[in-house]
Amino acid sequence: MNSNQATLGAHAIGQKVVGGIEQVGSASLFFLRVVRAVPGFWKKSHLIFEQMVAIGVESMPLVFVTSIFTGGVAAVQAAYQFQDYVPMRYLGSVIGKSVVIELGPVLTALVVAGRVGASIAAELGTMRVTEQIDALETIGISPIRFLAVPRLLAGMIMLPLITVFSDFLAIGGAYVVAILSLDVATNTFMEGLRLFFHLRDVLGGLVKSLFFGVVITMMGCYFGFNAEGGAEGVGKATTRAVVSSCLLILILDYMLASLLFRVIFV
Amino acid sequence: MIVIEGLEKSFDGRPVLRGLDLTIQDGESLVVIGRSGCGKSVLLKHLIGLMRPESGHVYIDGNDLTTMREEQLNELRKRFGMVFQGAALFDSLSVGENVALPLREHTRLSEKDIRKRVSEKLGLVELEGIEDARPSSLSGGMKKRVGLARAIAMDPEFVLYDEPTTGLDPIMADAINSLIRNLQKKLSITSVAVTHDMRSAYRIADKIAMLHDGKIIYKGTPDEIRRCQDSRVCQFISGSASGPITDS
Repeated sequence: MNSNQATLGAHAIGQKVVGGIEQVGSASLFFLRVVRAVPGFWKKSHLIFEQMVAIGVESMPLVFVTSIFTGGVAAVQAAYQFQDYVPMRYLGSVIGKSVVIELGPVLTALVVAGRVGASIAAELGTMRVTEQIDALETIGISPIRFLAVPRLLAGMIMLPLITVFSDFLAIGGAYVVAILSLDVATNTFMEGLRLFFHLRDVLGGLVKSLFFGVVITMMGCYFGFNAEGGAEGVGKATTRAVVSSCLLILILDYMLASLLFRVIFV
Repeated sequence: MIVIEGLEKSFDGRPVLRGLDLTIQDGESLVVIGRSGCGKSVLLKHLIGLMRPESGHVYIDGNDLTTMREEQLNELRKRFGMVFQGAALFDSLSVGENVALPLREHTRLSEKDIRKRVSEKLGLVELEGIEDARPSSLSGGMKKRVGLARAIAMDPEFVLYDEPTTGLDPIMADAINSLIRNLQKKLSITSVAVTHDMRSAYRIADKIAMLHDGKIIYKGTPDEIRRCQDSRVCQFISGSASGPITDS
């Protein structure tokens, strides 16, 4: 590689870094605009309700299947690792803790990010490229207020609710697997579940899911609002919304876990 | 009255509007003509604050739109209606809900009065009784007419048309032209249309302005423009490939 190629390579990397920083700044400003438009929005409860159905109720079948099998596989994996070292009466404890703290909130958020994040970005991206968002502005309606705020509020309400639903189903899935294929008695599983149960664990999981709701809806709205061109632009916006949501969920999961379980709930 | 002074706008370093000046009188029907991509739609979007210029001003009855905050702009936009090239109907709403949306957001009319107003506006564009239809089930011409009904729902003083006849067959295009002309006379609105369809321009314009190289290079009545000696205007209105206006 000669020095010219190295310079070009460094320039390209530099441009990518600057572009990334610009994107973060632009997304943060977008989020602030949405937050500023929230006060007084509760009067438009029908718009929030519509989004609660689209984000929450319609995600239930997907979350149902994901949670049942996640719980089942968690039970199988835990039993395998317990072999010869840990008594099976702790199976319920491990399942309960791992589901409410980690598996429930994170897997639900990742599944919802795929379904809802993509759907929001595709819908708003299509509205952008077909000038429907411009049309809203021309009739004096703020698109941020009309389109982004109800999605944000619905996401913040529905993600914790779906997570509670997911927690129950995952523990149920683990219980069924434990009874039917791991020879664990109902009493043993339930005793284990109660043994190290702390309400703060459930609360921590729900706080995380509330933040995940913000991330999923805001990434969908941000990339949808900024879609350019035609079908290709909408496709790119959708992909970016899902990828960035998933990455942010995992990064935020680490940060919130550190804050909640090492500082606040200690 | 709309007064545009020294409007400049560029995209990715490429200037589109270069110090454009234009005045539109109250009640006038002005058509801006020019080649595809010359900045006609960009100009239209500046008139309603969808785009902000790099320099220059747009005065609506003396108020400078380019310095207004979002809330002031939203208030001003209630005096405007805009018909988009692709109609831009909200596809999650029915035709009736599309026309009713500005009324529901900005007025305290009862549901009964809103339904009455929606029916009246759809009647004006000759589309009675399709309130429950979905935009996806309409033809291109019907979509444009619903877009027009939505644009006049709030009885605006100004209506902006972005390529009102693009994509329509000649008969439907003529019907839309008649509709625009009739509405302008009936409702005494100031209308600004951008198009490269000269037949449409002659039908709906009191005045025609030609946009070229980011500036208005000629403005006159349809008769004046037919007699114009400017070689660029002559080339455009006759639709000739040879002349001073080239692809580059």
